[in-house]
Amino acid sequence: MTAHAERPKDADNDATASLGGAAPEPRREFPAGAPGPRVGAQRKKKVSWAWLGPILPWAGLVPFLAFAFLFMILPASSIVVGSFQTEAGAFTLDNFAHLFRPSILNSYLVTIKVSATTAVFGGLLGFLIAYAISLGGLPKGLRSFMSTFSGVASNFAGVPLAFAFIATLGRVGFLTVLLRTLFGFELYDTGFNLYSFWGLTLTYTYFQIPLMILIIEPALDGMKKEWREASESLGASSLQYWAKVGIPVLLPSLLAAFILLFGNAFGAYATAYALTGGLINIVPILIGAQIRGNVLHDANLGFALAFGMVIVMTISILAYTALQRLSSRWVK
Amino acid sequence: MKRRTGLSWLWFSVGIVYFFLPLAATFLFSLKGKKGVLSFAAYRNVFVDPDFLKTFGFSLEMALLTVVAGLVLIVPTAIWIQLKLPKAKPLFDFLTLLPFAIPPIILAFGLIRTYSRPPLALVSSPALLVAGYVIVSFPYIYRSVDSGLRAMDLRGLSEAAQSLGAGWGSLMFRVVLPNLRTALLSATFLTLAIVIGELTLAVLLAWPAFGPYMALMGRNRAYEPAALAILSFGLTWGSIGLIQLLTRTDKEKGPGIGTGAH
Repeated sequence: MTAHAERPKDADNDATASLGGAAPEPRREFPAGAPGPRVGAQRKKKVSWAWLGPILPWAGLVPFLAFAFLFMILPASSIVVGSFQTEAGAFTLDNFAHLFRPSILNSYLVTIKVSATTAVFGGLLGFLIAYAISLGGLPKGLRSFMSTFSGVASNFAGVPLAFAFIATLGRVGFLTVLLRTLFGFELYDTGFNLYSFWGLTLTYTYFQIPLMILIIEPALDGMKKEWREASESLGASSLQYWAKVGIPVLLPSLLAAFILLFGNAFGAYATAYALTGGLINIVPILIGAQIRGNVLHDANLGFALAFGMVIVMTISILAYTALQRLSSRWVK
Repeated sequence: MKRRTGLSWLWFSVGIVYFFLPLAATFLFSLKGKKGVLSFAAYRNVFVDPDFLKTFGFSLEMALLTVVAGLVLIVPTAIWIQLKLPKAKPLFDFLTLLPFAIPPIILAFGLIRTYSRPPLALVSSPALLVAGYVIVSFPYIYRSVDSGLRAMDLRGLSEAAQSLGAGWGSLMFRVVLPNLRTALLSATFLTLAIVIGELTLAVLLAWPAFGPYMALMGRNRAYEPAALAILSFGLTWGSIGLIQLLTRTDKEKGPGIGTGAH
């Protein structure tokens, strides 16, 4: 384990070391006379390398950096710029006033509510399942099965996921009909509707749980058995262990995971689009309608909406990075 | 101790029910295509629909182009950084993981705004769709490649190869890439799984891709969408399950491989 773990580190050190001294050079202890002309050639090369040394390696990054700039940085920043412009291109702050229209404000509230609810439910269930398979004393095979399945299920989103929930809990869905025929229970009489808030929440939770399992597993693996043994031998109850050791250690990881899940749901478009046919009032759907130009005819409102989303995502990333730094103290 | 295991079983079972109930229900629902009997009629309807093959073929083509472009951009850059420019690693990490923080809807919006007028009116070219897909798949490709690179001693291998007289070409194609085989395969399958059913970019850039086709089916049919959901799940399961199998056998060799989390 250690031998493997250390090797990349050594490689890194070597790399930095040789970077300072430009390109790797042949050793100088050779008697000057022996490979005469070659040494001369090497020397010439060394002069030119020293010149370009610090700049040249960056040239290898140009294709990647250019692509990332053109198709990621530039488009993303064009949205930020656009939200400060009128249609003619002049500077304005009017677009942001639109954000405070009741209907827009409401769609932000609904989106935040869906994202927070699925992050809490999905996060909690995902945590409990991850705990069960990593520290809960279940057979090892179950853990690798659940991890593999989580890898699949967290990527099973979008249109097919929406279809699966329609087939299960839609008005003529399998479970809806089963409940009616077996128990005479009318699911849709209870106010439940797959195509609105709770339906969306239930559907999103399907990809949030496995995502949580994948994120939190490493953190749980970092919980040392010795901590628990030490606290037990000092007479702590299970509750005390969690209150004084477990939760404080895990808290940064849990919060970071929550933020990741929140952002994951906040930006989701495909699942909501396929589930509700684009009829639910959440921010990604509104932006989509704005781009397709068939609902709102106020072009710059789209920018303001998107800018609001960019802000939410930026705050999430900043909080996530800060928390990651905190949790990396424990989870190695 | 006993009680704790009992609770573990409980939460594990809750997870299993949440994960498999919708799948089982969807599968049974998809068999109801013919009235009164269970049959694979819905699946047959899907496969005989000429639009199915057309849109699936289109998406597969886009996905393959994405894989090629993404690997060409990421793999040499990652190797170059590890060998020549380790101090650029944080920047590279940041840029390749950034797409996780940019929702596809924002990316689509930005791409349309930037490229719908001169000098770069690319919006009606499939190249823009592929470019968007490459950005979306950056994190997936990078994670696979990075863990592959970390599991091997790139510096040692390259020094050994060069001291035996290998040039850059044979170093890449005869030493580094064969050692990255598993990582490259994971990146490929993951990208295929994500791009083939992608909806957001395809819908907003108005391409007749598989995602929009499925969404349209969802509006017009009852049982065929369920069949499509099962087929897609099979596709995702096939590609990602395969990757996890591949990387799991590699994992025994070295601890450097990350999880599939994102």
